[in-house]
Amino acid sequence: MEKGTEKAWDVLKDLTDPELPFLTLDDLGVIREIKRNDKNHVVTIAPTYIGCPAISVIEEKIASELKKIGISAIIEKSFSPPWSSDWISENGRKKMEKFGISPPHPRKADTVGEPLLKDVKCPQCTSYRTEKVSEFGSTACKSLYRCLDCKEPFDHFKCV
Amino acid sequence: MKSNMADMVFEGLLRIADDNLILGHRTSEWCGHAPTLEEDLALPNIALDLIGHAQTLYCLACEINSRYKNEDQLAFLRLEHEYKNLLLVEQENGDFGNTVLRLFYFSTFMKYFWEKVKIECCYTKLKEFSEKAFLETSYHSKYASQWVVTLGDGTDESNLKMSNAIANLEPFLGELFNNDDFTEMCSQNDFLPEPTSIFDSWKNEVKGILQKGNLNFPDIILKKRGGRKGEHSEAFGYLLSDLQYMQRAYPNSSW
Repeated sequence: MEKGTEKAWDVLKDLTDPELPFLTLDDLGVIREIKRNDKNHVVTIAPTYIGCPAISVIEEKIASELKKIGISAIIEKSFSPPWSSDWISENGRKKMEKFGISPPHPRKADTVGEPLLKDVKCPQCTSYRTEKVSEFGSTACKSLYRCLDCKEPFDHFKCV
Repeated sequence: MKSNMADMVFEGLLRIADDNLILGHRTSEWCGHAPTLEEDLALPNIALDLIGHAQTLYCLACEINSRYKNEDQLAFLRLEHEYKNLLLVEQENGDFGNTVLRLFYFSTFMKYFWEKVKIECCYTKLKEFSEKAFLETSYHSKYASQWVVTLGDGTDESNLKMSNAIANLEPFLGELFNNDDFTEMCSQNDFLPEPTSIFDSWKNEVKGILQKGNLNFPDIILKKRGGRKGEHSEAFGYLLSDLQYMQRAYPNSSW
């Protein structure tokens, strides 16, 4: 973070994600950088998915929250390095599990989103006897699983 | 950017963006019609990714060509002959097998395409974008390949339907790998890879998956083409009338 952007960061660190409202953008690692130029703050965000429909909402939210404290902001999207589920904070992972979403495993080095571990834990009953139902869940960032012990379906955050 | 370079980059972005937009639109037609709830989530999610790729590329194209003020104008307000997508992506969906086979062909192609852009492209914004696009198209390719194997290696009926899908899409594969003067210029300027340079990797992967599904790899020779010049098949007119309806009926409407 650049000097003189602390005030902006104070506001942005608590903003929540529109699709996962129990997580902050900071938990997800979406806000990458805040810089200042002569007139504006430049906030760089890394979209979780290129076509993520929440992106425009996130951009508007950031701009309007900063405007409230008198800061005009330009929001820039960055795809390099691409957002990775490894950027989700420890705290974010805990919150996810509490809200019934199984958090992503760390990514195996040099792979295309291949998880380090194969076993996915059921967020309801903590059993590891689970199976994948579909590569895609309710949003682009999740896949659909079911637990073979408690029989409950659940979302698993994809490892990317 | 010099003006002849700008023309090249604009046209190149348009080709890729149009492929993604049109296949995204076709894929979105499955919303509410897929055979199971899981696929009804998967296909629109993939459509969203494809349309997202198109949107980002159209935005880059607008930065280069001031004739177009935003991405919506490029997506929704051009005439039929101004779209430069492949004939492959505009064909009707057919059955579920035909849909996943086309998605498998296209996303596997794009996966290797982005992998090359990531290494070779001199246009920084596209190079950066390719890192993310590579990850997403890899996921689509994996998803679609699983269905190709499952259906090919399923029942007699599902195998027959997949064989029909292979025959049905075969005439459109030549265009996917067709080099023309434009692709040669893009490659000489380190902008985009030649389609033929992707063929071997694509063939190896596709052949392997088809074999697993007891399916035969098709003959790939140039049969039907025209999309890159804006000469489209009959199906495209109907697609555009759906795609453009809102912007034509309510000009400049937005969310």
